[in-house]
Amino acid sequence: MPHEMNEPKDNHQGFWYRVFHLYYDGFRSMTVGKTLWLIIGIKLFIFFVVIKLLFFPNFLNTKCDTEAQKTEYVRHQLGVGD
Amino acid sequence: MEELTQVVDWSRAQFALTAIYHWLFVPLTLGLGIIIAVMETIYYKTKSEKWLATTKFWMTIFGVNFAIGVATGIILEFEFGTNWSNYSWFVGDIFGAPLAVEGILAFFMESTFIAVMFFGWKKVSPKFHLAATWLTAIGASLSALWILVANAWMQYPTGCEFNPDTMRNEMTSFAAVALSPMAVSKFLHTVLSAWTLGGVFVCGVCGWMMLKKRNMDHCWRSLKVGAWVGVIGIVLTMATGDTSAVTVAKYQPMKLAAMEGLYKGNHEQAIVAFGILNPSKQAFDDQDPYLFDISIPYGLSFLATHDFHAFVPGIEDIINGKSYDNEGNEVNTISYAERMERGKRLQEMLSHYNASVNSGNTLMQDSLKSAINADFKNFGYAYLDKPEEAIPNVPLTFYTFHFMVTVGGYLLLFLLLALFFVYKPDVLNKAKWARWWHILAIITIPLTYLCSASGWIVAEVGRQPWTIQDLMPNKVAISDLSAGYVQTTFWIFAVVFTALLIADIGIICKQIAKKSQTNLDTVND
Repeated sequence: MPHEMNEPKDNHQGFWYRVFHLYYDGFRSMTVGKTLWLIIGIKLFIFFVVIKLLFFPNFLNTKCDTEAQKTEYVRHQLGVGD
Repeated sequence: MEELTQVVDWSRAQFALTAIYHWLFVPLTLGLGIIIAVMETIYYKTKSEKWLATTKFWMTIFGVNFAIGVATGIILEFEFGTNWSNYSWFVGDIFGAPLAVEGILAFFMESTFIAVMFFGWKKVSPKFHLAATWLTAIGASLSALWILVANAWMQYPTGCEFNPDTMRNEMTSFAAVALSPMAVSKFLHTVLSAWTLGGVFVCGVCGWMMLKKRNMDHCWRSLKVGAWVGVIGIVLTMATGDTSAVTVAKYQPMKLAAMEGLYKGNHEQAIVAFGILNPSKQAFDDQDPYLFDISIPYGLSFLATHDFHAFVPGIEDIINGKSYDNEGNEVNTISYAERMERGKRLQEMLSHYNASVNSGNTLMQDSLKSAINADFKNFGYAYLDKPEEAIPNVPLTFYTFHFMVTVGGYLLLFLLLALFFVYKPDVLNKAKWARWWHILAIITIPLTYLCSASGWIVAEVGRQPWTIQDLMPNKVAISDLSAGYVQTTFWIFAVVFTALLIADIGIICKQIAKKSQTNLDTVND
């Protein structure tokens, strides 16, 4: 079946309702997409929970509390302190 | 010192690993994005169900690659904050602005319209759906634009001023950063190379399906679009590669010299078409740089300046301060030894500046601030122990550059032949060697990925030791971490990204195999 407007449009429905149903129906009718979303979910968990929290803190935040302290820290690292 | 070298090396290796893995996903998204947009446009014009089926087939492959690849680039930002904290602070605002634009504008545009593209077939009008597909493709390219702008700034820092109060570079002109010659040529060269990869990918997948004698009509339809996008992509990639070479010659002459293994430059400089480097060659010794070479006379002068007679400086010339003027004449500028001296004076001025801030001497502050910014382009040289430290890894830069150019030439021939077969299909259909052509098409896919990765290796290894060209070498940009810590995260990334790549290739192959056994002349869902 070529792509046509097969289903009547819910013209009486609001914009956000139609946006919601675009995603709702889309996710519901996915086939390979379900596997992909599982991979995306695992991946994001590993990235943001495991890797970011455990191994990749913001280094300067661990050393300094304020912006001024960060400036001084980097100044010292670059060998241009007093 | 040895610990510092290890931290720098492991951090660089980690960044290279994650960037190359990330780049395995990105070019296919960019290339296939354009291809499916063209296919859907043909469907929109013709209303042919066959073109709809073909569009949907490639859209599925696009979706798998997009889903697996999405957010792999975020890891690079983690690394900036943890491994490269001095660098992150030093560039903060400038690097942050393009990345923020990328996040707000391009990513949201891409992620909004990709939902319409996949879920909206029966929900929105054909015209709106087509617009969504094009906007997804354009949004992906815009994402790449801002990342490449940020990268180009590291290669050619412009549109900024150093603030000694905060120890940060601050943007003075967004236009200068976004539209720098380096940014424009990098964006065009990179995105167009992704079109080439997309075209080759379609040709390779069709080659496999044709080997299996499945959905031949679908394959010919796909090849028509894939070969055209690929040919346009490779021709424009070559054209923008030429622009890139001129830009590199002007702003990163050391990189160009390393790309050619050129130690002593000359007027009417030849280019090495094929060569084997002398592995024991060092700068300023008397050894021949090549064990064997086939060179094209005048080639490098023309590539670098578009003037057959222009002077092109080699590695030793650049260290000694030789360059070329607008007429291509050899001129003496500032040597690296002098730049190191100036860099050290800048360090002293910064120390004095800090003291003048503490003592409240504003007159001195203004004077020092002006002096610092006037010569700031030499700041990074203060950290070099000797001028030769500014020479990148010549063999790696040389061989990856020549591999990229050689494979690029092959891709032009391959894609032109693919296009020829599209319009003369009987030549291929009746040929006894057709099977070998299909196998060649499949092999060309990984070859193109290697070519694409080589381009990045040339760009990034060729600018070493600089994290920011002339302003900050790696050993200063790095955080005060232990080598063991970085090694641990390197292997974590190696495992995670390899798993993702296996999943990507596995699911794509499974989808291709599964769908190739259905009738791709009709829409099945």
